[in-house]
Amino acid sequence: MSASPESIPAYPLDDEQALRLHDALAGLTPGQLQWVSGYAAGVAAANAGIDAPVAPAGHADSAEALTILYGSQTGNGEQIANQLAAAAGDKGFAVTLKSLADYKPANLKRESMVTFVVSTHGEGDPPDDAELFREFLLSTKAPRLESLNFSVLALGDTSYLNFCQTGREFDARLAELGAKRLLPIVECDVDYEDAANAWAGSLLDALPAVIGAGNAAPKLRAVELPAKHDKNRPFAAEVLTNQKITGGASTKDVRHIELSLEGSGLRYEPGDALAVLVENPPALVAQLIDALGFDGASNVDVRGSSRSLRDALSLDLEITSTNLGFLQAWGAISGDERLQALLDDRQELRRLIDTWQVIDVVREFPADTDAQTFVNALRKLTPRSYSIASSLAANPDEVHLTVAAVRYEAFGSEHWGAASTHLADRLEAGDSVKVYVEPNTRFRLPANDATDVIMVGPGTGVAPFRAFVEERAERGAAGRNWLIFGDRNFSSDFLYQLEWQRHLKEGRLDRLDVAFSRDQARKVYVQDRIRESAHELFEWLDNGAHLYVCGDAQHMAGDVDAALIDVISSQRNVGRDSAEAQLKELRRAGRYQRDVY
Amino acid sequence: MSTALSDVERIKAASRHLRGTLVESLRNPITGALADDDTQLSKFHGIYQQDDRDLRSERTRQKLEPAYSFMIRARVPGGICTPAQWLNMDDVATRHANGTIRLTTRQAFQLHGVVKTRLKQTIQEINRQMTDTLAACGDVNRNVMAPTHYDLSHVHRQVAEEARRLSAHLTPATSAYHEIWLDGEKLDDGEADVEPIYGDTYLPRKFKSAFVVPPQNDVDVFAQDLGFIAIVEDNELAGYNVTVGGGMGMSHGETATYPRLADVLGFCRPDDVLRVAEAVVTTQRDFGDRTNRKHARLKYTIDDRGVDWFRDQVVERSGVTLEAPRSFAFVGNGDVYGWQRDDAGRWHYTLFIQNGRVADTGERRLMTGLREIAKVLHGEFRLTPNQNLSISNLSDDSKALVDGMLGEFGIDNTSQATPLRLHSMACVAFPTCGLAMAESERYLPSLIDRLDAAMADAGLAGDAITIRMTGCPNGCARPYIAEIGLVGKGPGRYNLYLGAGFAGQRLGCLYRENANEEEIVAALSPLFSSYSVGRDVNEHFGDFLVRTGVVREVTAGRTFHAAAGDR
Ligand code: SRM
Ligand SMILES: Cc1cc2nc3c(=O)[nH]c(=O)nc-3n(C[C@H](O)[C@H](O)[C@H](O)COP(=O)(O)OP(=O)(O)OC[C@H]3O[C@@H](n4cnc5c(N)ncnc54)[C@H](O)[C@@H]3O)c2cc1C
Ligand SMILES: Cc1cc2nc3c(=O)[nH]c(=O)nc-3n(C[C@H](O)[C@H](O)[C@H](O)COP(=O)(O)O)c2cc1C
Ligand code: SF4
Repeated sequence: MSASPESIPAYPLDDEQALRLHDALAGLTPGQLQWVSGYAAGVAAANAGIDAPVAPAGHADSAEALTILYGSQTGNGEQIANQLAAAAGDKGFAVTLKSLADYKPANLKRESMVTFVVSTHGEGDPPDDAELFREFLLSTKAPRLESLNFSVLALGDTSYLNFCQTGREFDARLAELGAKRLLPIVECDVDYEDAANAWAGSLLDALPAVIGAGNAAPKLRAVELPAKHDKNRPFAAEVLTNQKITGGASTKDVRHIELSLEGSGLRYEPGDALAVLVENPPALVAQLIDALGFDGASNVDVRGSSRSLRDALSLDLEITSTNLGFLQAWGAISGDERLQALLDDRQELRRLIDTWQVIDVVREFPADTDAQTFVNALRKLTPRSYSIASSLAANPDEVHLTVAAVRYEAFGSEHWGAASTHLADRLEAGDSVKVYVEPNTRFRLPANDATDVIMVGPGTGVAPFRAFVEERAERGAAGRNWLIFGDRNFSSDFLYQLEWQRHLKEGRLDRLDVAFSRDQARKVYVQDRIRESAHELFEWLDNGAHLYVCGDAQHMAGDVDAALIDVISSQRNVGRDSAEAQLKELRRAGRYQRDVY
Repeated sequence: MSTALSDVERIKAASRHLRGTLVESLRNPITGALADDDTQLSKFHGIYQQDDRDLRSERTRQKLEPAYSFMIRARVPGGICTPAQWLNMDDVATRHANGTIRLTTRQAFQLHGVVKTRLKQTIQEINRQMTDTLAACGDVNRNVMAPTHYDLSHVHRQVAEEARRLSAHLTPATSAYHEIWLDGEKLDDGEADVEPIYGDTYLPRKFKSAFVVPPQNDVDVFAQDLGFIAIVEDNELAGYNVTVGGGMGMSHGETATYPRLADVLGFCRPDDVLRVAEAVVTTQRDFGDRTNRKHARLKYTIDDRGVDWFRDQVVERSGVTLEAPRSFAFVGNGDVYGWQRDDAGRWHYTLFIQNGRVADTGERRLMTGLREIAKVLHGEFRLTPNQNLSISNLSDDSKALVDGMLGEFGIDNTSQATPLRLHSMACVAFPTCGLAMAESERYLPSLIDRLDAAMADAGLAGDAITIRMTGCPNGCARPYIAEIGLVGKGPGRYNLYLGAGFAGQRLGCLYRENANEEEIVAALSPLFSSYSVGRDVNEHFGDFLVRTGVVREVTAGRTFHAAAGDR
């Protein structure tokens, strides 16, 4: 906080203004500074006719409110929490009551007073609804909680060895994270009523000390200045979570990946992608070196710098896909006529590029060559893009991805995609991965929050829509949200099912249609749902809705396009050409946006 | 204590005779579950929402809802099932469920693992063979039990017939079942729904009834809300001793809940059965506690108001004068295995089915074998109250045929199992039962391996002791009336109850709390030894433990939780 105005780079004020501001702020207390920042935001908002960027909706009062969180398996704790909420409400406290399953643990750092009612089950295990919260709290992900006051009511049964284990864990860990214990933990046996009532009474007595009036300043986060991270200066983001989100029986392995952006200054908008710099699969690198009979430790020159062949193939060069340049070079190196013939046939060439990896080419068309010649033929390893699946407003300092691991059998051996398996198989929480943000200004939520949106996102195409829905909720956008999702099987491939259900229940998502292609004899896809809902879809569009499509470019995007043309032509009662033209017009007007890959 | 009606009462009242929003729930493609309220109503249609508990935490991490599927229970009054019904159940289980059939402790069928999108088709197919699922669960009279041993064939037939009649009489009248599952094919031709016996909110809680013919107490008549003990005089059925107020369910740590054995109310004539039964049901309907589901069973209504009060209600409502109970005696609550010939010369074979699970396992192709037998069978199947199966009513020729097939498919393991195993039962518990706290069906067989060894060491290899395990205190396998009762408390931990009567005539008493396998074996081994040397002639294990003071004699449900030394 001691930086002088001159030393701040990329500053929106000129020197004169900066100095005036510096003088005006001199000597103010942190509390006063916070008030001023809120005041300035309010002035700006009033001038621009937009909402002031105060704390996000739903948390507006968190500084003053009592948040009651319960973890309960058989309902005892839930009942106590309900009663406490009612009693606190009667006393005029603002209260938020939630099951731990519905609470985003990262929000803890925004709270000032949280009370926990949690039981213990299994053999000292948390109740189901507290499991993930507990995992977060006890993990290294848990933030410092200096500004939090808390109290814990633990439910248990003294006939178990680990009496009130979960409550005890919460209590100890919160204190360890710097939170202030408003009341000592109360541990209840199966006859919990009296102890619980007494505890609730003391809690209500103690509350005014921590959430009384005068503590109402909205908490604004300081605006960080964007630091520059790009391809050449990627940010090493810590992996917070790498979680498979397809069920056991799924034919696919899709990962939900959470990365920390803390300290990076990186910002993004819903619709942006994250570029990921990766390493090739070590097993593949070894196989390739082996197949060519090279020595991995031998040095090669890669565009002017010298490193071992193994490092070059791992970090610098593309080996999981081929391209025309490599194929032509290898054609020359190998002198193989069959390869030459394939190169001369456009269709074959296409197939080769789409489905062969470098190792397939060198195994199929062996050649006697040296490591440097081989390296020269390869392309530089390119970063891979992943649609960002989170809203920054809802997940401060984090970015989430939805990654389908590419693994397949070909030429009698297992094949891997470089980036997707790097993320899925070779990174765990605590590791880091190099990333930077790829803005995508052509895939943006409507500027007007009252506008409806229709989102078509089968498979991993659903990723940006997770960000959209989170963002619109944070903004309190009034427009309706309609998601059309599809995948193979309902029971294993309904990506983010629990989150969508919660969004629906809590009104953040207005409509969800799903198409699972392999659950019945007749295959159904998102385009079928679009056709089935032609009337409503058209109504939404007519009403000004924006339409978004994300995911597979090869088939889906075209199929959806065709379905949309059908919808327009049937609902408007016009011919194909006219319908096509109208869809184009929607595109042009920015009301039909696509992010397909 | 609150006097507000329990939430389930609200749901029933608003359900328009059990319709709720089931149709909408079935259509909702976003979840494999029903709407919360509908999960209560579906039970009345014989359908329980469950989820694979083995996968629960994994799926939460995967941001997927629990792996929901449904358990379907089909009613089989008296356990009597035709070969065609068996084949149908087998077919449905194979195509829509998890490929196994579960025979229950109340002589019914259960299928597990039916997903929501297949539910309707499955129910329709079950109904193809005049088996239905209505009232297999819910706050109504459940599957009516009748005995499955055969010495006096004409009395048994009469009693089984009476069980059927009672079942039909107490079946809910709502047309919701046909409307929702069978596409409105209104078999009762659209009469506006009136529930003449139950009323609009049905009973306060589940209700269970059974018939029994001494000397075998295979149905565990004292565990029933309503029981009829056949009194046979001069080889003819004279009438029944009516019993009321039995039940097993309780909750750990809540002494206001307890298992209770039924009281004998009096004697009635065969013609009076329906009237007496209806009076018992309507008394419970009107006086059962609708504010607290843990206190809503008939057993609490009777303990709260007294047996005499209850008898007066029944007499007044039925117009039947109950005579003094007649004498009877029970010898055991297990099944009689192997071939039996009844007094009419027909053959019956009772087959041991471990914990009621019909499945092919390695050499023992139980499911396949029973399917093949059903295809050629001139006779019937009887589901027993101990989760076993009888192949019944066979001629001499059929007997020979069935005998051959039992061998061919490796089905007949009755002779290999120890008497302990043959007298064992375990409830379903994990992974399907949402209430399970510990393993049961998947675990008891291996625990019995160890206890068999301990019994053999004590010289008891040939002795029958009843042993039952449940995964929670609800008591679905009636553990509190097994000589060794094991009731799950947490993963791998059980409360051990000892001293119950071999014929289900006395409750057990808590002997060890929260014991793991080692502790269970360590607790029982010395008792086996002292029993082996110290017992009287023909004295059962439970009786011995009570006589020698190892456990207190529990004389009433109310004193089940009392401290040692109390009565
Ligand atoms: C299948 C069966 C056990 C078995 O291994 O065979 C069974 C299984 C279940 N019982 Fe039971 N009960 C079964 C006989 C019993 C019995 C024995 C009997 O009726 O003779 C009892 C004890 C007698 C009694 O009712 O008191 C019994 C007392 C309960 C209770 C406790 C009731 C109480 O008054 O406290 C529950 C829980 C409840 O109702 O709240 C329960 C609930 C359940 C449920 C449906 C769990 C649930 O509510 O979610 C279990 C389904 C498990 C699964 O995955 O299949 N089950 N249940 C039996 C089916 C009988 C039938 O065909 O209708
Ligand atoms: C804007 C944008 C957004 C994206 N968003 C996402 C997202 O949200 N989630 C996501 O998972 N992906 C997304 N992608 C795709 C992602 O960038 C990668 O392309 C993908 O993960 C594969 O990369 P990889 O490095 O694992 O595989 P690579 O190493 O690039 O590819 C492996 C090679 O294997 C071949 N191949 C793949 N499958 C088969 C098969 N079955 N048979 C034969 N050959 C095959 C292909 O020729 C490919 O060249 C997005 C792409 C773009 C451009
Ligand atoms: C299967 C099971 C396991 C339990 N294990 C423990 C335990 O290990 N330690 C403990 O203190 N209490 C244990 N309990 C007791 C519960 O914590 C207690 O019943 C509590 O009141 C439940 O509160 P809830 O209804 O809010 O979940 C267990 C309860 C059950 C049903
Ligand atoms: S006794 Fe408990 S665990 Fe076993 S089936 Fe019944 S309810 Fe489930």
